[in-house]
Amino acid sequence: MAVILLVASAFTLTTGDFAVPIGDVVTAIVGDAPPAAEFVVNTLRLPRLLVGILAGAGLGVAGAVMQSLSRNALGSPDMIGFSMGAATGGIAAILLTASGTVGTSIGAAVGGFATALVILLLVGRHGLNGYRLVLVGVGISTVLMAVNGYMLTRAILGDAQRAVAWQVGNLSGRNWEHVTLVAVAVAVLVPVILIFNRRMSMLELGDDTATALGVGVLATRLVPLLASIGLVAAAISMAGPIPFVALAGPHLARRLTRHPGPNVLPAAVMGALLTVASDFAAQHALPVQLPVGIVTSVVGGVYLVALLIVQRRSRRA
Amino acid sequence: MRKRLAGLLLVVTLLLVAVALSIAVGSRVIPLGDVLGALAGDGSPDDVLTVREGRIPRTVLGLVAGAALGLSGALMQSLTRNPLADPGIFGINLGAAAGVVLAITIFGITAPAGYVWFAFLGSVLAMLVVYGASAGRAGTNPARLALAGIAVQFALAGVVQALQLADRGALDQMRFWVVGSLANRETATLWSLAPFFVGGILLSLVLARSLNALALGDDTARALGAGVATTRILVLIAVTVLCGAATAACGPLAFIGLMVPHVVRSFTGPDQRWVLPFSMLLAPVVLLSADVLGRVLARPSELQVGIVMDVIGGIVFIAIVRARRVVHL
Repeated sequence: MAVILLVASAFTLTTGDFAVPIGDVVTAIVGDAPPAAEFVVNTLRLPRLLVGILAGAGLGVAGAVMQSLSRNALGSPDMIGFSMGAATGGIAAILLTASGTVGTSIGAAVGGFATALVILLLVGRHGLNGYRLVLVGVGISTVLMAVNGYMLTRAILGDAQRAVAWQVGNLSGRNWEHVTLVAVAVAVLVPVILIFNRRMSMLELGDDTATALGVGVLATRLVPLLASIGLVAAAISMAGPIPFVALAGPHLARRLTRHPGPNVLPAAVMGALLTVASDFAAQHALPVQLPVGIVTSVVGGVYLVALLIVQRRSRRA
Repeated sequence: MRKRLAGLLLVVTLLLVAVALSIAVGSRVIPLGDVLGALAGDGSPDDVLTVREGRIPRTVLGLVAGAALGLSGALMQSLTRNPLADPGIFGINLGAAAGVVLAITIFGITAPAGYVWFAFLGSVLAMLVVYGASAGRAGTNPARLALAGIAVQFALAGVVQALQLADRGALDQMRFWVVGSLANRETATLWSLAPFFVGGILLSLVLARSLNALALGDDTARALGAGVATTRILVLIAVTVLCGAATAACGPLAFIGLMVPHVVRSFTGPDQRWVLPFSMLLAPVVLLSADVLGRVLARPSELQVGIVMDVIGGIVFIAIVRARRVVHL
């Protein structure tokens, strides 16, 4: 999978309106290439690619953790309302403060964290597993969706357009600042989650079994969950709430590794791959440039439906 | 039995109160005496117009759409044996949204009367895909249903957003359509949808007995002589027609189809012959009350009923989830 990710990255860096051969890409990154290639690669494509990789990886890991803890394939940040909360924060920032990217990011982070906090308080100590988390998340999502819808009806059209464009999830126009922020979040939080990887696998066997094996149940739930919330907030504030990556990344990773447990690293690679590949498609599949989120949501949705239909066929056979 | 009859009386009373409020109360304050006068057709022309052209159609739409959504929620929950099934999970709302956005962007239709049919068609197609992807021989597995619903919603949301970003005009129309409302829908449109509402409601009430048999499991139902496959298909048709028509008429209205049958079952028990009529009567009470609330809260303007429903529904939903130790899906 890592190899595929590299190939996809290479494609992203070399193709576009201004084609850059792969050799020039490498020299541009190292630092002595023709100035035009240098600009296209280092200022435009590389930051965009890196934000995609890092945000995708962050979303993948967060999804893996949440799915593992809730023992539920639907327990991803998309479903549990985090993403919606971050979107609410981001839209509010766009509409109320007329601020740029920085304001939107801060709004998204605040919205995501606040939503997460409310959900945690509502499900309580014993609700972190199973459907309760997902269901409370669905309830919260709906309320927030109404708030978002209301804000859009009160806004002037130009602002509403910007808000919708951001809410879809977008990687265009990212620069090195964005990269640094996501990179820091991923570098700090993913190792924290990795420390708990084995304990989370044990927790999937059930609380009693895990306790018998000497796992601290509450800590094993809370620490990775908080770290995941941080990852989601960082990813969303830099790239917008890209849908589906956090749901499908871990899902696909699990199918490929056939390993129990959260599969943190495979989910990270898968999340990154999904994001980068979708962004490539968003830039080159149609004559118009689409935001990455549209591709992830359409492709992801179609993939899931196909999967369900195929499963049904095979069971009948 | 006596408890149920008392309940029925209560629900009917509530419904009458809700209808009265919906006609009497609004963001424009008209004294009650003038409302009655306006109904009879005298009083100031403004009042007559507000009551006759504004509030009466709005109340009728609330009654019909509420009944349709309440019924279809109860039908779906019974059919899928999933207490959390509702029109939303079948992708009805986004299907309708996709229909509307296509109507605006591709066909250049800008009048709500024009895109009502696109909304209807969109919700029907979305529902068929979700059901087709999730239904097996033995009914639908709840988890698969949820997954299929979410998948279809993702795919449709992408399409809707892409078209909105490509076309400013579509975004401008859609942002108002997407929060469901009972206001300013055209009476002519409603009349054209009326046969669907009537047919759907009659069909659902006829199906109550067969649904009871289905609830005992397919084999038992067959032994009792209920046509299992036929019942399923008929229920699906009823749900599609009712939800499609309601969503086409008002835009997306979340939660009402989910909540009302829950409340109803808590005091009627699982017998569909009671659950269905009760849901049909209680849902409009909720919808009309939410609509009146939206008019009162935001005077002198108003909040769309969809927003009020979402917020109240979300809170009630969370309360229900929290109240149960474990929610089995």
